[in-house]
Amino acid sequence: MCSHFRIEKRTSAGLKAGGVLRVTVAVLAAGVGLSLMAGCSKTWQPPKAAVSSVAPGQQQTPIDSALSPGTGHSMVVNDPRVAKYYDNADAVNKGRILFGQFNCSGCHSNGGGGIGPDLMDDEWIYGGRIEQIHETIVDGRPNGMPAWGGKIPDEQIWEIATYVRSMSLPQTLAAETGNTPSQSPAPVPASADQGNGWSPPADTTNDYTMTTKGSD
Amino acid sequence: MVRRFGWALLVPCAAMSWVATAQDLPTPVPDNEVFKREDIGHALAEPTPQAGKTAASAANAPPDDGQWTMPSKNYASTRFSSLTEITPANVKDLQPVFTFSLAVNKGQEAAPIVADNTMYVVTAYPNIVYALDLAKPGAPLKWKFAPNPAPASQGVACCDVVNRGGSVDAGKYIFTTLDGQVIALDVKTGKPVWRTQLGNINMGETITMAPTVAAGKVYVGNSGGEFGVRGWVIALDESTGKLAWRAYATGPDADVLIGEGFKPYYSGEQGKDLGVSTWPAQAWKIGGGGMWGWITYDAELGALYHGTSNPGPWNQEQRPGDNKWTAGIFARDPATGAAHWFYQYSPHDEHDYDGINEQILLDMPFGGAMRKVLVHLDRDGYVYVIDRVTGQVLSADPFGPTNSTQGIDLKTGRPIVNPEKSTKVGQTVHNICPTASGSKDWNPSSFSPQTGLIYIPHENMCMDWMDMQVSYIEGTPYVGAEVHMKAGPGGNRGELTAWDPVMRKPVWQIKENFPIWSGTVVTGGDVVFYGSMDGWFKAVNAKTGEVVWKYKVDSGIISQPVSYKGPDGHQYIAVLSGVGGWSGAVVSGPVDPRDGSAALGMVNAMSDLPKYTTAGGTLYVFALPH
Repeated sequence: MCSHFRIEKRTSAGLKAGGVLRVTVAVLAAGVGLSLMAGCSKTWQPPKAAVSSVAPGQQQTPIDSALSPGTGHSMVVNDPRVAKYYDNADAVNKGRILFGQFNCSGCHSNGGGGIGPDLMDDEWIYGGRIEQIHETIVDGRPNGMPAWGGKIPDEQIWEIATYVRSMSLPQTLAAETGNTPSQSPAPVPASADQGNGWSPPADTTNDYTMTTKGSD
Repeated sequence: MVRRFGWALLVPCAAMSWVATAQDLPTPVPDNEVFKREDIGHALAEPTPQAGKTAASAANAPPDDGQWTMPSKNYASTRFSSLTEITPANVKDLQPVFTFSLAVNKGQEAAPIVADNTMYVVTAYPNIVYALDLAKPGAPLKWKFAPNPAPASQGVACCDVVNRGGSVDAGKYIFTTLDGQVIALDVKTGKPVWRTQLGNINMGETITMAPTVAAGKVYVGNSGGEFGVRGWVIALDESTGKLAWRAYATGPDADVLIGEGFKPYYSGEQGKDLGVSTWPAQAWKIGGGGMWGWITYDAELGALYHGTSNPGPWNQEQRPGDNKWTAGIFARDPATGAAHWFYQYSPHDEHDYDGINEQILLDMPFGGAMRKVLVHLDRDGYVYVIDRVTGQVLSADPFGPTNSTQGIDLKTGRPIVNPEKSTKVGQTVHNICPTASGSKDWNPSSFSPQTGLIYIPHENMCMDWMDMQVSYIEGTPYVGAEVHMKAGPGGNRGELTAWDPVMRKPVWQIKENFPIWSGTVVTGGDVVFYGSMDGWFKAVNAKTGEVVWKYKVDSGIISQPVSYKGPDGHQYIAVLSGVGGWSGAVVSGPVDPRDGSAALGMVNAMSDLPKYTTAGGTLYVFALPH
């Protein structure tokens, strides 16, 4: 699985989110570039050494950094409350109804976005595991996502998050008939968020404007 | 039907091998689903072209000084440049003389402004202003101003994070920001003279319009018809930025600035507190009626004209009544805001037909005499010619595919609503024309006094619509409809129409694959310029409609081209590239083309746009070799 494109995007998003890392941008970018050149078929390895400061006048030589790019799944890990929403058909169906009732659809449409980002592809600014989506809904995000914590019962936020997670599942996408997706959301299998968190459905690429499909 | 291709994933390092896009485009609406123009167009009198020549008055369109200090060029909003150097014969030699990256890849809708040999451009959010020195080679940057609007404002902007431009007057460049500020910059230093916060993003209010600067005041309104805002227009003192008056579009007469001087022409607009009584209880407080298009100052009659946006929510069943004063036009006293008259284009709008498009102020022969009119090209698909003294509609003719109404009843002023295209909860009504974004959206037309024609950049689109019950939650969309747009008859999604307002008919038309979302400018050399969403900047013979030149830019064009005289005395044409806006959100926004309902249903009709263009944002300036 060729995944370097996703790594590169998440690197830049992580740096933007954590402005304190600005000094290390060049080093980190160089590190990622090197790892890409090493071949995308290999698993990406974080460089080993830490960033060292350079005295004035001293020549800067290439160094490895122990920093790794920010990943989308570093914010919340293993929230025990999430377990019951996997393999839970009731949760995704309730979530679908709540998604409309709380005007989520006003910004995110049926997963295709508009005012807010689309939710049916593999691009996650703040992480695409159910627990991360839950956190995004609870806390809000700075570019316009309202904070719903305390305004929607937490159980319902979990159900909405589960529905949102389902939108990009291959099973949910396959159930699409016509021009209104996410109407028959598949339950989220526990395996979907295992391991390295989230992996893209087999039939999408890493750019939300382009989706693999038949010839035309 | 979506067939899956597996091969891209089998190719090692195939990150660049993106294949295809989106869903298939919907079938265009058949010809026989729309009414014929001749059948539903009406006028109070037969055309009398012999009664005089159509033109803007000198007060509203003074002799051209070669500058372009406001988006509309002049108060009359003719967008006519009298410069004659570029002609249909020589325009083939037109070439770019400099470009400038705006460093913002969102929809660029602004007009470049030219004053005192300096060009001013404001970008889409984050609304950066650049001042370029036209007197020096390559037009270097004089200064740059970054207003840093609140990032959360992006989350309450209905249709991309656009900005429609600023104006230069009395040593200030005056513009708005997405988070609801109006800012006046010193043109010499680029430093704010004043900045006034008006909109409240927590209530869903943003500002995207170009403010109108006239008579010592700055006129501006709010966006947010999809967020349950209460619409308003505000006048600020031009020198201080302090509030002079505010007129709401809904609520009690006192709030709407309706008083004794209010003399609407039609009886349907007469009565006390119609801004309350034509709504369900309290619904007027979240009823929309914002102003995000064009406010027009009339120096000749001392009046101000502005439209009002759609009522909210889109689900019409939640707001029975005429929903005054939305989807109509006010004439006001520029000094006090007091309303003179009002006319409602779409009483109880059911299709998102905002009334905020441009007004072109003309003296025009009608009924055997010269009349002071405003010509308005509405979202509902009609060319309205309105007596701007009284508010009486003289003629109303469709310029795009129409079946939501069967003409305008000129006795009552009301549209004759087609019940078959009335929207309903839980039921999809198919093939409604025009679509929600209208036969024409915000992008302004131009008028040439030489040809007497109005050059209308517009759409040829229709839609399917289903209403849904929606709750008002402050700061979130208040829409309640699922829309899927599609091409109108013929399948082309855009048109440029040269319209004769006296004879009430098109003289020529150009079909475009995509909706035309750019404005037009027309010149003394009889050339019309406009841009297409797939990135062609085009020149057209204003008399014949022949495309005589085109140039491919880096991204689709949805901005307002201008024409000006440079410091060297030569004619220049300037335009911004940068696709986006409602129609281009599928490229500039975080939108997935597989969801036809995305971007309020626009994606259904535009899912192929990513094959033609990418996001961008560049100023292009063209001239003949000299």
